[in-house]
Parts: sequence; structure tokens; C-alpha cells
Amino acid sequence: MAHRRRRKRKEIFAQGNEAVAQGALLAGCTFYAGYPITPSTEIMEIMAQRLPRTEDGVFLQMEDEIASMGAAIGASLTGRKAMTATSGPGFSLKQELIGYACMVEAPMVIVNVMRGGPSTGLPTSPAQGDVQMARWGTHGDHPIIVLSASTVPECLEMTVVAFNMAEKYRTPVILLIDEVTAHTREKISIPFEDELEVLSRMQPAVPPEWFKPYAEAARGVPAMAAIGQGYRCHVTGLTHDQMGYPTSRPDEVNEFMTRLFRKIDNYYHDVLIVDEYQLEDAEYAVVAYGCVARSAHHAVDQARARGHKVGLLTLKTLFPFARPAVEKLCMQCEHILVPEMNMGQISREVKRVNNGRTRIRTLNRVDGQIITPSEILKAIL
Amino acid sequence: MKELQHIERFEIRLSGTGGQGLITLGRVLGHSLALGHGYNVTQTQSYGPEARGGSSRADVVISSSAISFPKTENLDLLIALSQPACNAYYRFLKRGGVLLVDSELVQHAPTNQFIGLPFTKLAKDKIGNELTLNTIVLGAVTHLLSFAEPRIMRKSLEEILPPKIQALNIKAFNLGLREAKRHLGDAPMIWQTAAENGVEEEMEGFED
Amino acid sequence: MSDVTKLIHEYLRHNKKFPHVFCAGCGHGIVLGSLVRSVHALQLQKDNVVIVAGIGCSGRMAAYVDFNTVHTAHGRALTFATGIKMANPELNVICVMGDGDALSIGGNHLIHAARRNIGVTALVLNNQIYGMTGGQCSPATPQGDMSMTSPFGSLEQPFDTVELAKAAGANFVARSTSFHANQLDKLMQQAIVHPGFSVLEALSPCPTQYGRKNKFRNVVDMYNWLKKNTVKVEKQKEGDTRIPTGVFQNLDRPGLEERYVELRQSLQAEE
Repeated sequence: MAHRRRRKRKEIFAQGNEAVAQGALLAGCTFYAGYPITPSTEIMEIMAQRLPRTEDGVFLQMEDEIASMGAAIGASLTGRKAMTATSGPGFSLKQELIGYACMVEAPMVIVNVMRGGPSTGLPTSPAQGDVQMARWGTHGDHPIIVLSASTVPECLEMTVVAFNMAEKYRTPVILLIDEVTAHTREKISIPFEDELEVLSRMQPAVPPEWFKPYAEAARGVPAMAAIGQGYRCHVTGLTHDQMGYPTSRPDEVNEFMTRLFRKIDNYYHDVLIVDEYQLEDAEYAVVAYGCVARSAHHAVDQARARGHKVGLLTLKTLFPFARPAVEKLCMQCEHILVPEMNMGQISREVKRVNNGRTRIRTLNRVDGQIITPSEILKAIL
Repeated sequence: MKELQHIERFEIRLSGTGGQGLITLGRVLGHSLALGHGYNVTQTQSYGPEARGGSSRADVVISSSAISFPKTENLDLLIALSQPACNAYYRFLKRGGVLLVDSELVQHAPTNQFIGLPFTKLAKDKIGNELTLNTIVLGAVTHLLSFAEPRIMRKSLEEILPPKIQALNIKAFNLGLREAKRHLGDAPMIWQTAAENGVEEEMEGFED
Repeated sequence: MSDVTKLIHEYLRHNKKFPHVFCAGCGHGIVLGSLVRSVHALQLQKDNVVIVAGIGCSGRMAAYVDFNTVHTAHGRALTFATGIKMANPELNVICVMGDGDALSIGGNHLIHAARRNIGVTALVLNNQIYGMTGGQCSPATPQGDMSMTSPFGSLEQPFDTVELAKAAGANFVARSTSFHANQLDKLMQQAIVHPGFSVLEALSPCPTQYGRKNKFRNVVDMYNWLKKNTVKVEKQKEGDTRIPTGVFQNLDRPGLEERYVELRQSLQAEE
């Protein structure tokens, strides 16, 4: 493909938020509904500019965060790739309908740009306090995919991954970034459309009279008919049978719930994305995500320069938790450090996986400031 | 085109009051060094909830290789356009780093090793528009940074700014460049002096 | 085969496990019948009709009819409907809500749907109580009336759905009752075809929860009450305190989805 290499990608100097919007458009997002909130607003502003200029793009500013979720799910049911973006307080408000999207298996992407909390907290400062809420925020037992990004190019890349996973697994996907990543400007090159893999949901392969909207089609995932396509399905937040009608029969409920988990749990090799850096011979490992992974990267370089065998595991998929990668480190390293901008939300997962094998240390900062490389270096040495 | 000068890691902080256009300044500087010059650049910012007033700062990190940590820890260049900003950030300046201030707004620098120009006054008197303050600073910074090309900076200004205000800002940029040349001396000399001062301080510290 | 049987075969889901959840004497079935008759009279394609419902007794209506049906979360039906209509303006989107859905937990969505004039038909089934949860006070419960959560009589003034929708700027606002089935059919058809946001309130008795607590001895009493206490708005004279029915607002503003498509076309022409 020599001719491909000759094409020059467009380069821009842009913020993480802008990269998220670019990634969404490249992934085929044609519907955005949102409500303004710092520090995610730029995503909404760019979508307001761009979507009405596309062939069938829809942008809606809704009356509140809940309405934004509702509109996005509604659009998803008509076959659209839909997105909404928010920050802490808005993310709290969206939780009920995130559960609804899980229940009816509506693909969509929810971006949460984390700021200091709880409550109104620190609207313009970074934090990583919403990690466990992203996993367990909505009520009821449910599986979910939570992704993160630490650089501006990664914001674009992971937004595309988020849409692809949402479509492939028919699930809402949460992209957690932080204020630092969202507002850092960096050079990104915009990939051409044919350079990216873009996935779409499975469509029914049978006529309407044979179609069972919630029967497993492949990999635990049912095919999805769009409203208006002639299938006239019923969609409900009540626990439903294969036809989509409410049921409380224990066998049907159990079948539904286990499939909901199975469709994601059985595909860890596809869902779990991590970056390994200098880990081959590492005796000391740092496990980090988001903007803190950048500080950790810097610290690892500094420690290596001084002759210490330190490596870094960057989690790009936060949930389901990257058990295999972390377990390997627990066997290999004498120490694991988990720096994060909360009081220990991922370190809790690391400790769970570690199960007493090696020493896990935490480095926490909750003052609205990024953890610096020197703090991590000090903790390592 | 000149070959790119190799930079290990160079950290700049632009600090002052909200409304001085510091974040725009950081954006133009970053845009130009990243897309025009071809360096790796990260630009971050810190701001309060106010759109005007309050404190404001933008950080720019420049390197020939990939940048991991996007914020600054050891400043090579600190630009302080207000007294509180100067007081707050001076301690982040590394040995051999340069402090550039607005000589009218920063009356009490915490050191005698600094350089200054009356940016706000220049904007008012020479350009007739106080809002061009940040572009004058950009001109002066371009003079200070041996790896920055005035020609490319001007081009970046034209790429980013709306056409209506381009001519005025190019004028302001040239003024900043000229004033810096005239009053601050040659760029290599400034850094050499700073480095020597840094070394001396380090020696003193060593003796204790 | 009778006409009713034909309609049942055509529009009710025979793969859904009936019987329905409605109590004997409930007005919701009459409103559902009216909805089916109206869709039939208007000759709407079943594939293009979307019923978006909230939570509660009225919310269960969606499951019974053979359209595209979405049973959403409490109060959020209009937000889903807005997304669906904007994503595919070809669809006839009908939103079925109770008084709790439309006036209480989803009150914000009702006034904003009216303000932005989204091309959705909002059907508010007002039974003046939370029926499914066992008869608690709703924002439509008349002042002084009894419920499980107003055991000494409600102190609060109820919302008037029609006045609220009018003030918020809905394009079409009407009211009828499940006693006045013919009028309900007529208004339902008007509400469905009217462009922009239409609100149709249907007063629908709840004998089980509201009636028993408020001295209605039997179901017939409740329908008699509707008959006696409502009056066509055209015939209402000054000083008449009966509840007016009919059309209250009939504006001609284009729906949001139409205006959005126009915007998109004009932006594309620019390029």
C-alpha cells in the first residue's frame, strides 16, 4: 500500500476534548445530546459546530443531563451511533439511564471528564474520583466497559475504540478522562477514514416474524433492529425474555442476566487494553491510568536512568479490570505502586487481584493537582 | 529550512491575571512550535471559574522527543505578568532559568536576576490596544528562544487569529521582537548569564 | 368478524401474554382503544408508529400494541421520544405518560419539549394518583383529596396540565376524558397529525386507588362524575367551574425536527 503512505494526514494542535469529538465523528457518531458542564463542554461545542454540517448528523442541547442520556438512548434505538459527554455532577445524574442502556443493550458512548469532587467540588481541576462510580454507579448488578486515555492522540484513538466496543457488544461504554488530558493541547494527526476499523451493530438476519430481539445471535450479543425498520420490537427496562417482553420467571431472568455478563466476560482478550513499558525485566512496577500515567512514564525513565529496574503498566481499559496483566506483575515484581488522584480506587482492584502475593503501595493525591513525576520517583526510590 | 535544534526538555510558564490573553498566547506558541517548527509540544492551562480577573497560567513543554509529563516542574523560562504570579511561581524556576516580567506590573521581583519589558505600557502606547499585550510577549519570547523562528511564528499567528485582527497583531509581534532585541540583549548572552548565576548559586549551596 | 375484533387482531400483540395489568373499571383501556382507533383511522403505517411510554399503569400500554414500542424509565419518556424523532423525523412518535410521569418527575421534560416544539404527541393519562405503587398523592391530586401519602387530605394545589402546556408553548393542547370516547378519538387524531409538540390530556378514572379513598362507591359513580363535571370549552359560560374539554391551543409553528433539517440543508448548500 505504497500509495497510502504518501498521503499526508492533517495535523492539528488540539485539546483532548477536541480529539474526543474528532474520534467520535471518525467512528461514525451521528447523534450528540448533552448539557454544558466544565470541563467537558468543548466536546459539546465542537459537536454543535460539526454535526449539522454532516449529511445526517443531529446535535441537541437538552434541558438537563438526564434528558441528554434519554435522547441519546432514543437515537441509539433508531440505529444511530450516539454520544453524550459530561463531568462529575452530570455523570451522577446520568446513572439511572446508564442502567437502562445496559438493560436494553443500547450501544452508546458516555464521556466523563473527571473533575474534583464530591458534589460541585473543583470544577476546573483534575481528579480521578469517578472510577468506581463508572463501574458501579447505576443500581443493580450489571457489566460495563470503562475506558480511559492519557494523551491527546489517545483520546481520539480510545473514542473510536469506545464506539466500536459499544456496537460490537451492544453496551454503553464509558470513556473516563480527566481535566488535564481534556485540556492539554498536543499535536494529533487525523487518520483517514480507511485507516481506521469502524464497527457497526449486528442487524437481524431473519424476517420480522422470525426475529427474537433478545435472543443471542453471536458471542452472547443479540442482533439489533432499528425502530422503523419493520421489526416493531418492544424495548423495556423491565427484565425481559427473548422476545423483549417483561418476565419474572426465574429461568428466563437468570438466562438474561447471565448472558448480559457473559457477552463481555468471555471476551476479555478483546476488551482489555493495556500498555506495557519497560516491564520485561522490571522488579518494581507502576500501575497507572489517565494523566497520571504520563507522570509515571516520566518517573520510570528517570528511575531507569539511575539504574533501577522499574516498569509501567498503563490501563486503557479500567473495567472489566485487567486481571491477567496485573496478575503477571504481582508474580514478577517485588513492589507495585499505584499512583492515582483519589484515595485508592484502582489500587483496591490491584490489591484484590494481588491476593497477598506482593507488596502494593499507593500514592494518592486529592488536592486538584496532578501527581508529578518527582512524587512518583520519590515513592519508588 | 534550517535543521531543528535538538531540545531535551524545555519548560515555559506564562502566568498573570485572567484576561491578559495568556492561554491564547500559550496556544499560539504551542501551535507554532508543534505544527510550524515540528517539535513535540504539550500545552496545559490552569484557570479559575472567572472569565476575567483571577489568576491564570499556561504551561508549554517543548522537546525533540516524545513528552511524557505534560505539565511543568522545573521551569526554563517563567513569564510573570503580575506581582502575585511572580511571587507564586518564582520557586519553580530551575537554576539557570530565566525570569521575564512586565516591568511595570511586577515592581518587586524576588531576585535581581531577571529581565523585563513594560509589555502593558507598550501595548497601550505603541499599539494603542491593550489586548495586544500577549502578542508583544510572544515577540519577546521568540527573541529569547534560539529555536524559535520569527517567520514561522508570524505564519502561525495568521493561521490562528481571525483576519480582522491579524495586521494589528503582526505589528505587536514585531514590536515585541524589536524591543527585546534592543533592551534585553542577544539571546545566547541572556541564557549564558543565567546559567552562570545558576552555577554560582549551586557552588554556594555546595559549600554549606 | 366485528370491527373491534379486526382492530384487535391488527393492532394488539398476540404473542404478548395477556391479560393486561389494568383493573376493572380503569380508564386506561379506553384511552388505549382510542389510540388504536385513531392510528387506524389515520392509516398510519404500523412500522412508522413509535409508542414511547413512561412508568406506571399507563407505561404498560406500550407492551400490548403492535408498533415500535419503548417502555422507558419513570418520567423520561419525552427525552427518549425527542431523541427518536430527531434521529428519524419520518416516524410518528406518540408518548404515553401518566400524571406522575408528565407533571412530577418528568415535569421539566414536558415544558422543554413544549418550548422546543419537538414533533411528538404527548398523551397524558391523568388518573390523579400514583396507581401502580398503591395510591399515593400525585401533582394532579385535587386539593383536599385523600391518598396513601395525604391521609388527611392533600394540602397542595394540583397542576392543570392544559394550562401548563399552553404556557410552555405547546403547538396543540387538548383535553378529553375516557367517558367521552368519541371526543377523545377526534382529539387524538388531531393531536397525532398536528405538527410540532401536541399535548392531549385524558382524564382517566382509577377506581381501585383513587375512587376507593375518595368516596366513589363504585366505578359507575366515577364515570358519572366525569360526565357531570366536564363541559365542552365552547359551551362553558363564565362562572362555570366544571373542567373544560376540547382544544385549547392550536398554533402553527414548525416542529424542531423540520427546522433542524432546514438548517442542515442550508449549511450543506453553503459548502
